[in-house]
Amino acid sequence: MGVNVEAVGKSYPPTLYAVGREKVKEYALAVGETNPLHLDHEAARAAGYADVVAPPMFAVVYSGAAIGQAFFDPDNGINFALLVHSGQEFRWGPLVVAGDEIQTTVSVASIEERAGNGFYVFESVSTNQDGHTVCVGTWTNVVRGA
Amino acid sequence: MPSFAAGDELPELEVVPDRYVTVRYAGASGDFNPIHIDEEFAKQVGLPGRILHGLWTMAQVARAQTEAAGGPHTLRRLNVSFRGMGVLEEPITVKSTIRSIEDGVAHVDTEAWQAGTAIVRRSDADLQL
Repeated sequence: MGVNVEAVGKSYPPTLYAVGREKVKEYALAVGETNPLHLDHEAARAAGYADVVAPPMFAVVYSGAAIGQAFFDPDNGINFALLVHSGQEFRWGPLVVAGDEIQTTVSVASIEERAGNGFYVFESVSTNQDGHTVCVGTWTNVVRGA
Repeated sequence: MPSFAAGDELPELEVVPDRYVTVRYAGASGDFNPIHIDEEFAKQVGLPGRILHGLWTMAQVARAQTEAAGGPHTLRRLNVSFRGMGVLEEPITVKSTIRSIEDGVAHVDTEAWQAGTAIVRRSDADLQL
């Protein structure tokens, strides 16, 4: 069916995510974190943080709604039954803590067809309420036999 | 703060994904793709059964780094390649080796193994020491 590359360079409206203490704890427990910085706000405060600290991989939560726009964009036409998440990179800035508000903007970095497969690379940039970049994500996906 | 040198292996992280971990992770992450939570659906699309979320497995790789290096602030970058699929109720081992250290940042090669297969391979992390 071919790969539509017209969306390369497209960016999506920014999303805003309010980081909540219980959500951080829920995520931390689901991935097996035991560090009290993620689970106990008093321990986090004693260590100098305003509240519980999000594990670095919590980036998938605060950028989730933004990246979803790219996955579900009809211009990209991704067939989820054939979708494989092949690679992921995150680069982190300052830690995210409960109470932060994280804005994320996603863009289409590249779309290529190679050997009959579609390669989609999306980039997410997340900033906190102080304007600091807290995470840049590169999401690489293959749609087999696209 | 632990002391590191090039060539050092970080402590391995071993974790056994229990049969409901994908349900908890779906709720925590918002990724409700049925291949992770619906056994019948997974089999209908040709999988052996429900499979792990790749990003859950990546979180185990991240945890191996932060636990070794002394906390979440140490992890500056993590780049992973997913290969094959992770399954439930089989132990996963994260192995990590320091490739080099420059300007207080350790460059680490890391992989996650399950049942003899590297389900995360050719992956690397930067750790602020």
